[in-house]
Amino acid sequence: MKIGISSTGKDLNAQVDPRFGRCQYFLIVDIDTMNFESISNESAMASGGAGIQAAQTVAKAGIKAVITGNIGPNAFQTLSAAAVKIFTGASGTIKEAVEKYKKGELKETEAASVSSHFGMGGMDRDFGRGRNL
Amino acid sequence: MNIAVASGKGGTGKTTIAINMALSLGNVQLLDCDVEEPNANIFLNAKMEKSEDVTIMIPEIDEEKCDYCDKCSEFCMYNALAVVPSKVLVFPELCHSCGGCKLVCPKDAISYRERAIGRIEHGYAKGLDFYHGILNVGEAMALPVIKALKKKVNNSKEVILDAPPGTSCPVIETIRGSDYCILVTEPTPFGLHDLKLAVEVVKHLYIPFGVIINRDGVGDKKVELHCRNEKIPILMKIPHSEEIAQLYSKGIPFVNEISVWREEFIKLYKQIQGEIER
Repeated sequence: MKIGISSTGKDLNAQVDPRFGRCQYFLIVDIDTMNFESISNESAMASGGAGIQAAQTVAKAGIKAVITGNIGPNAFQTLSAAAVKIFTGASGTIKEAVEKYKKGELKETEAASVSSHFGMGGMDRDFGRGRNL
Repeated sequence: MNIAVASGKGGTGKTTIAINMALSLGNVQLLDCDVEEPNANIFLNAKMEKSEDVTIMIPEIDEEKCDYCDKCSEFCMYNALAVVPSKVLVFPELCHSCGGCKLVCPKDAISYRERAIGRIEHGYAKGLDFYHGILNVGEAMALPVIKALKKKVNNSKEVILDAPPGTSCPVIETIRGSDYCILVTEPTPFGLHDLKLAVEVVKHLYIPFGVIINRDGVGDKKVELHCRNEKIPILMKIPHSEEIAQLYSKGIPFVNEISVWREEFIKLYKQIQGEIER
């Protein structure tokens, strides 16, 4: 079975990226063989709707679950529609996160863990009003 | 004549200037284009009699025709559409109504429906023909409401547009096409900083402009110096006076109580007329 993990790097020793929509990479890991591939997250710099785009990207990779730190409402809705299970609150390396997942130590999330724009951080002080184009 | 009142910095007195000028002239139409916080009517107390919804078009998917090919979501640069196996999700608050998803859909599965994002209201007060726009809470796009307001412009009247603060799209949309732009500032480093940004905007749009210094007497002389160096006309200075501040604090336009100011605004209007003809 394949799962997707938001990651700061391209291999299993990389740290879990706490952001979903704006993470650097997704690691797609086959938890039975520990074979993996990395996907660069093109929505990391999207002006809006990053979580939605990222959710579609990982859903297309044929995964059954996503492991990340936090997830916003739009990404949550998109992954749920794609029947992908969501596990939040992960940290440490990708390998550690996968082990925890296998042992059933990660808790499945029933709702978004953060509000929209969370992963944009302090980049833009006015981001809530900025999408006027 | 069509005069926009803008500022750059918020809270400098755009609405105060727009209202007091509007009340000093005859045959005026006033449009409050600060649709995120329309507050001009606090001064006017106009009874808003007519209201119309402002709507934008958003896509609706016919799941019978859709084969989840993903072309629509690939096209949408705002990520307002998501296609996952056997489902298309629409995120209306992200949609900019460009119509592109409908064009690229090979199955003709996309139609459009209206979605209200705000409204415009109309009323009369003290002889003023008054409009304001209201953007619904939670909506991100002010432009459609401002555009709907500007459709109401009646060029047989003296039109005054009260712009939102800042220098982004809602400001541009408000002042675009105006005959003249009044930039209201305060004589502080903050006022000067944002005035410079606003000046760049009006220059870029080729709109003739001048500056009103509000709360003159506080702060420093750098706004005045800057205007002199850049040859920007200072149209008027409104002193930092307790009387004006008190009237403001009660929501009373100061021209109603201090009649010399009425004359000043009529003079200001004539000066602007002169500037445009020059």
